[in-house]
Order: sequence, then structure tokens, then C-alpha cells
Amino acid sequence: MTLLRVRDLHVAFASDRGMVRAVQGISFDLDEGEVLGVVGESGSGKSVAALSIMRMIPQPPGRVSATELTLDGEDLLGLSEARARDLRGARMAMVFQDPMRSLNPVLTIGRQLIEVLQRHLRLGRWDARARAIELLEMVGIPRAARRLSAYPHEFSGGMRQRVMIAIALSCNPKLLIADEATTALDVTIQAQIVDLVKRLTRELGTAVIWISHDLGVVAGMCDRVNVMYAGRIVETGKVDDLFRHPSHGYTLGLLGSTPRVDGTPQDRLTPIEGLPPDLIGQPTLCPFLPRCQVSVPACQDSMPPMRGLGPLHDAACFADLA
Amino acid sequence: MNTRTTVIASEAKQSPACAGVRTPASEAAAPLTTEHDVTGTAPILHVEHLSVHFPVRHGVFGTHTVKALDDVSFTVPRGATLGIAGESGCGKSTLGFAVLMLQKLTAGRVIFDGTDLGQLDRRAVRQMRRRMQIVFQDSAASLNPRTQIGAIIGQALDIHGLYTGRERAPRIRALLDMVGLASNFADRFPHQLSGGQAQRVAIARALAVGAELIVYDEPVSALDVSIQAQIVNLLQSLQRELRLTYLFISHDLSIVRHISDIVAVMYLGRIVEFAPKTSLYARPSHPYSQALLSAVPVPDPALERARRRIILKGDLPDPTNPPSGCGFRTRCPIALAACAETPPPPFPVADDHWARCIRVGESVTSSAPGLPP
Repeated sequence: MTLLRVRDLHVAFASDRGMVRAVQGISFDLDEGEVLGVVGESGSGKSVAALSIMRMIPQPPGRVSATELTLDGEDLLGLSEARARDLRGARMAMVFQDPMRSLNPVLTIGRQLIEVLQRHLRLGRWDARARAIELLEMVGIPRAARRLSAYPHEFSGGMRQRVMIAIALSCNPKLLIADEATTALDVTIQAQIVDLVKRLTRELGTAVIWISHDLGVVAGMCDRVNVMYAGRIVETGKVDDLFRHPSHGYTLGLLGSTPRVDGTPQDRLTPIEGLPPDLIGQPTLCPFLPRCQVSVPACQDSMPPMRGLGPLHDAACFADLA
Repeated sequence: MNTRTTVIASEAKQSPACAGVRTPASEAAAPLTTEHDVTGTAPILHVEHLSVHFPVRHGVFGTHTVKALDDVSFTVPRGATLGIAGESGCGKSTLGFAVLMLQKLTAGRVIFDGTDLGQLDRRAVRQMRRRMQIVFQDSAASLNPRTQIGAIIGQALDIHGLYTGRERAPRIRALLDMVGLASNFADRFPHQLSGGQAQRVAIARALAVGAELIVYDEPVSALDVSIQAQIVNLLQSLQRELRLTYLFISHDLSIVRHISDIVAVMYLGRIVEFAPKTSLYARPSHPYSQALLSAVPVPDPALERARRRIILKGDLPDPTNPPSGCGFRTRCPIALAACAETPPPPFPVADDHWARCIRVGESVTSSAPGLPP
């Protein structure tokens, strides 16, 4: 059952130098309970796409358009601001990289959690408090009842991220978007949080969009993955297919640049030379072409269309990498 | 990603003397066999029983001591890379500062190319520092925003009175070229640089004065993976060409494995395991190293599903009130009652490979980090 449908989503921002085209026509579906990874480098448009789904792009300076953007059949683009606020938190929720910036430093954790429960679930004060304790216990915060009166700064980074997850999942949303949610954490704490999100979303049947630059985390937690470059999805597929048969020059480049703790140590990494492109203006050729190691003559003529390589596996690349 | 010089501690109530009750391994005294052939060369850096303690005020009356570094010893042969791995607050950045004498030592000695840096006066240390440089994570922040790149590199030359007059401009161009930047970068300002380019400038500045030892403190952590790989490759080429010695501090065990010859794993101010790279990754023997390695994700979905992860409980203990005995025991999956008694000395695992765990050698500690050999 399709939960989220995205068709030809564009997001642009007005700047002094012209329109910055951060997302340039992406389309994908997300099923209920599915975990979709989104990988790509800074400026690839992965966060902006997520924010536009959450209706969190201020317009102006932003401009969001799509032929379709629906959650559970409800059009997200045409929503009133009031209705968007009802959906955010209740039906879709987001967790960011830095929980310290998402939490209000002068309010207790309990207050911030209870507020969400009262606002969306219309719980009374005592019911909300009881539910808040349950939620903190659910995300593994010890002595939850006592921690309700603690402030964000009294928690470690990992514990703050647990609180954010508790708030995000408090109203049992259908969609959870995590934007680099474990990037700032130490690796052993990252393992705890990944484990927690995997377990909870499976139990609750929440669909997840997991945005990360870390291919390893995506490989371990997602069913499917979108690879983004310069505002476009350049490759999409089930994790097994995509990691085993990377079929876009950029995906190949990302995997070659990533050192690994397993296998025989490589002597040299294969970096992607050069820098990502400027997002001003309309590209006519593959945006990755200047950095591509596997380009073919056809790349000089036109923009590669998405082509099917297998069930659910598509790549916008002329080179035959399979 | 975090590289604050966070202070941490271990064994506040233990006297340092307790540490040496049993000393099965003579800590890092022998020269190490490394991936490059550096055997037999004189060590360029020798660190002995290094401790850095910070007083921390606690409430109105109390002060606590945070042992950011506690009895750290190792030797690095010339031309090798020592990777220092660990999580926030383990003391790895403090170690980098201490080695360069940018941090007052509480105890211990740093011997650089045969000279005990603690015996030198400030001027002499500064002169010595020409040969020992540091590169940080956020290089853009360590470059003066009002100064052009050429002048930034030139200042380093001026301070040490190198390449004056007519030699200066060609030297700057040569340095930019060495780090893969076109000579017109000399006229740019720091804000015109990408993260990777700023890092290249910081490396050029370190090379400008003829550094032999470079401390890298999370040099690629803020960069995208493709750029990360460019910088890592550059560091490796420069090392081979100029026979540089690196201290590579990172929380990223994949990169540490890629770039290092020898690896030290740190936890709460102590080196808990020390080994040649191959030996450490093949046979991690401290339960913390094992947990750390098992937590590193691998870009292989089938392998990720099959892996058995060691998920550590809880967070780092309060550094002002660390656990007695072994600092890791509160999170350790195999801790025994005895672990609370004294800080474990290094136990030998293999040649040049030791771990501070009393259970080294028991089958329980030899579990692989969920990866195929």
C-alpha cells in the first residue's frame, strides 16, 4: 500500500545569482512500513526534498512544485498552513542531526513531550504525563519519570536523540523522516540509535525515510535506497541490488571513495575528482559528467533518462555497468 | 562529528602507582613492524607515561580532577602513521596537543627525534615545532579570513625565517602545487575555498616549514566521502614522497584502518589497545575495540544483516567520577568482579600487540567483530 507518492518534485530558492534549483524533478513512492534510504553528498538536495514533504520550506524564498505530492492520498502541497501543522507531528514527523537545535533549551523534556501529546492527541494533563513516561521508557531512557523534569542540556547527545525519537514517534506517525540523525553521534551510540529506530518503526509499522551520507548505515537499515546527485535521483533500487550492482557512475564513485573495516585493505581509495556542480541554471547533460570515470560518448549528447535495470532498480546513466 | 578537546578521566581514586603491579608487556618500547618498511629506523616520536589532568570546579567548594590523559606511552617510527581511534571524550585530541607541547603535561615525557621536549625552554620548543605541525578538522576556522592564501602560507615561512626574499613566491607556488591547488589560489581568501580546499591549504602550511611529524585531528571528518578520499590519498602520497610521520586522530575506524600502520584505541584517557594495523583489525582483543569495530557499519547489506553487533549499554561514565579499576567495566559485556579492583596493565596479544584487559587470551575476548576474516 503506497503511503507517500512524489511525482516530479521541484524545489528552488531565489538568490542574488538567480534561482538555485535544489531539487530538480524527483519522483518516488514509499510504501507503508517501508524503510527508504536517501544518500548523497552535501547539496545533493536530500534534506530539501525531505523538508518540502514536511511542508517546512518557507515560500518565499523557496518555491516548491510537483505534479503530485500525497501522503495517504492527501495532497500535501495544497494544504492550508493549519492543516499542515496538524499533520506534522501526528501523521509525519522528522528527526534532525542536532537534537540540541530541535529541543527548546529552556523547557523541560517532559513539557516538550507532553505538549505534543496534548496538541495532537488531545490528551489530558495526567494522561499525557503517563504517556510521556511510557515513551521515554520505550526509547530506553532510564528512570523516565524522574527525567521528565530534566532540561535538554542535562542529557548526552545520544540521550537527546532518543528524546527526539520519542517525540517524533509519540503520535504514532505513518512517516518518520530522519535527516542525518546519527551523524553527530559516536559510532557505538550510533549503533544504539539505529537499533532503536529499526526496532520501534518495525513494531509500530512506521515508514521511514533515512537520509544519510553513510552508505554503511543505509545498507544495514533500509529496504530500498535513492541515490541523489545535484538535485536528482540518479539511481534507485533495493539495497541488495544497488550495493551489489551499482549502475550509475556516481554510485560507483561513492562506493570507491568509502574505506571499509572489512575485507582486504585497499592500497588507495578511488576518489571522485572535482567538486559538485553549481545548482544555478538548467543542466542539459548529466550533472555528474565532469567528474565521471565511466562516461560514454552518448553522455555528450543528452541528459540520460532513468532506465530500468531490474525490478525496482533504475539508474539515469548511459554507461553499461552491470 | 565532534573533536572538542573534551576532558575525561579514569580512576580518580587510584594512585598511578597501582597501574604497574603486573606489567606483562613492556609498553611500546620495541620498534614496531609496520606496513611500510620502517623497521630498524630510529623512532621519531617516543611518548612515556604521559598524563594530562585538568582541575574541574564542582559546585562551590569541590574541585575534581579530570584525567584527560592517564599514563599513555608509545613509540612511532619515522615515516609511519599512528592512528588514534576513539570516541568523543576519550582524550585523543588532548594527546595530539600534548605531543606538540601545546598542552601542559601533568606527568611524563615527549621525546621528539631524541630530544626531550619538556627540557626545552619556550623558544626552543617553538623552534622544534617547525618540525611538528598540526592540522585540524575545521581548517577554514584556522585560516585568517582577511588574509589571502599565499600570505597565510607565507606567514608560516616568515615566523621561522625560511625562504625569504626572492625564494618566497616560488616556494608558495610549489607548496600549493604539492597539495594539488593551482597557483592562482594564492590570491584567494579562505571563504572562497571549499572544505577540501581549505584542508589542502592547512596541509600546505604545515609542509611550508618543513614539518616531519604532522598531527591530524579529525582532518576529513567534516568532508563529504568523495572529497574525504581525495584528501586521504593526498596525505598518503605526501607521506611517501617526503617520508613524513603522521599521528592521525579520528573517530572513524574505517579511515584509521585505511591510513594507519599502527593503531591505538583510546577510552577514558587511556590507550586500551595498541597494535600494528593488520593485527588490530584481524584480532581486536579489548572488549571496547571489539564493540567499536562491530558498531562500524559496512556498505554491504547482506553482511550487515548477518553481523552480530555488540551494542554497548549506556554512555561514557562521568569523567569527574570515573569507575574504579578498568574504566570500561561499566559498559563492558564481559566484566568480572576483579575488573573493579585495579586498572588493568597491558597484556600481550601478539607481537607488538597489547590490550589492557585481564581477560585477554580467554576465548571470550577473541570473538570477531561480526565480520568475516
